[in-house]
Formats: sequence, C-alpha cells, structure tokens
Amino acid sequence: MTIKPEYREGCLRLSFQGELDHHSAEKALREAEGIIDRYLPKNCILDLSGLSFMDSSGIAVILRIHRRMAETGGRLLVDRPADQARRVLDAAGLNRIVPIREIKETVQ
Amino acid sequence: MKYENYIKVEFPSKSANEGFARSAAGVFASQLDPTMEELGDIKTAVSEAVTNAIVHAYPDTIGKVSMRCRILEGNRLEIVIRDWGRGIEDVERARKPLFTTGGEERSGMGFTIMESFMDRLQVRSHPGEGTTVTMVRVLPKKSRER
Ligand SMILES: Nc1ncnc2c1ncn2[C@@H]1O[C@H](COP(=O)(O)OP(=O)(O)OP(=O)(O)O)[C@@H](O)[C@H]1O
Ligand SMILES: [Mg+2]
Repeated sequence: MTIKPEYREGCLRLSFQGELDHHSAEKALREAEGIIDRYLPKNCILDLSGLSFMDSSGIAVILRIHRRMAETGGRLLVDRPADQARRVLDAAGLNRIVPIREIKETVQ
Repeated sequence: MKYENYIKVEFPSKSANEGFARSAAGVFASQLDPTMEELGDIKTAVSEAVTNAIVHAYPDTIGKVSMRCRILEGNRLEIVIRDWGRGIEDVERARKPLFTTGGEERSGMGFTIMESFMDRLQVRSHPGEGTTVTMVRVLPKKSRER
C-alpha cells in the first residue's frame, strides 16, 4: 500500500495504491494524517482507483480521515473507487457519511 | 457431505497472513470459473473472517487460525475459518451492523460484509474456546456464448 500526494490550491489529492487491509491500514492512516496535517487542505480527494483490494479496515481508515478533515473545517471526497473497493463501500453504506464520485462520472 | 475438492491451511494469527489467506482462497475458487466480481467478493469475505480471528480472537497473543475451502456439489464453495481464541459472548449482537469491540480502528462492518457477499454465513462461538465461521457461495456455471 502506497500513498501518492498531490497538492494544488487548497486541494489535496491522495492516491491510494495497492492493498488496503488490516495489515497495511495503520501505516496508511498515519501517513495520510501526516500529509493532511502538513497541508491543512480545504478539500481532500481520496483517489481509490489504484486499490487492488480493500476491506472493512479501509472503511475505518476513510472514516478517520473524514473526521480529521471535519476537525479542521475541510471536506473529504472519495474518488473513483476500483470495482472491488466500490462493492465494499456499498455494503458498508459509506456514501451516507462520505460523498463518493464514481468512475463513470469522470470518464469521458 | 460429498465434496469434490478441498484445501486446508493453518497459520499463526499474524497480519501478514491476511493477504495470503484471501489469495489462497481465490486461487482455489478459480476452479469454479468465477467472475471477477465473484472472486472479489470471496476474497473480501475471507479477509474479514481472517482479520477477525487475528484482531479479536487473539488480542494480545499469537494463536492458531485455520482455513478450509471445499467445493461441494452444485458449484458451491464453502469456506470455514476457525480460531481457538477468546470467542464471542453474544453472536447475534456481534453480527449487527456497526457493532464493534474494536474501537476506532474498526468499523463494525465485517460480518455485514461477509453476509452480503456470501450466500450463507454461520457463526458458532463459545467464550474461551474459539469461533468457527462457515460461509457458502454458489458460483453458477457460466453459460457459454450461444
Ligand atoms: N473470531 C472472533 N473472535 C472473537 N470475537 C470476534 C471474532 N470475530 C468477531 N468478533 C466480535 O464481533 C465484533 C463484530 O465483528 P465485525 O467483523 O462485524 O466488526 P469489527 O471486526 O469490530 O470491525 P470491522 O470488521 O469493520 O473492522 C467484533 O468487534 C468482535 O467483538
Ligand atoms: Mg471485523
């Protein structure tokens, strides 16, 4: 699991790549929170298109990042989750808490 | 019960084995010619059950976890994940969405995900003795192009 950050004009994009499970979750969260604390962005976009696997441990990571953003008055968007991750997000009903932008909304 | 094939693996409750367990289940399931979506569902359900054994069954120790995958009649894949750890006091309550004893690191959605991704989920547990999670997923024969 790796995280690629990109910051531009108040917007931080975190691209998650690899497998986000219990084994990788703690390090991923620590890293993501560190980057957020450095930039204090208005908006944070979690790009999940590069995730080859995610389970409920990933849900907890997203919720923690969501809370971190809310604490600093920012907002979080989950962007283009890969198919398997999308099914996990759906089963957990995450869209009731964090907005999710689908692949088909962004692909031309 | 009549089976056509099976595997059984055993490993210590270390998080590095989560990826191994779901991959092994996925490779075994490939014999039933699953779709990408079916394969993803199976790996996810296995990851949830194995993670529970690692996180909840043995909170402060390393213990034994076993996984058995069987192909049963009628294109059914059965996966049994077992631990000999702490056990669950109230299984009905544990299966409810959002119920967790794991604090902020957990979302309480593991059993809900297993239930929605598999056709059957059975949880048997005795406090102090361990937990056995049995899941079945039917993988219908894919019709060839006509
Ligand atoms: N193998 C097990 N041994 C002991 N307790 C368990 C076991 N599996 C589950 N539990 C108990 O059942 C609860 C619910 O499990 P579930 O997988 O639904 O959620 P979680 O593991 O707490 O969170 P998540 O799976 O979303 O990370 C756990 O918090 C734990 O108390
Ligand atoms: Mg769980």
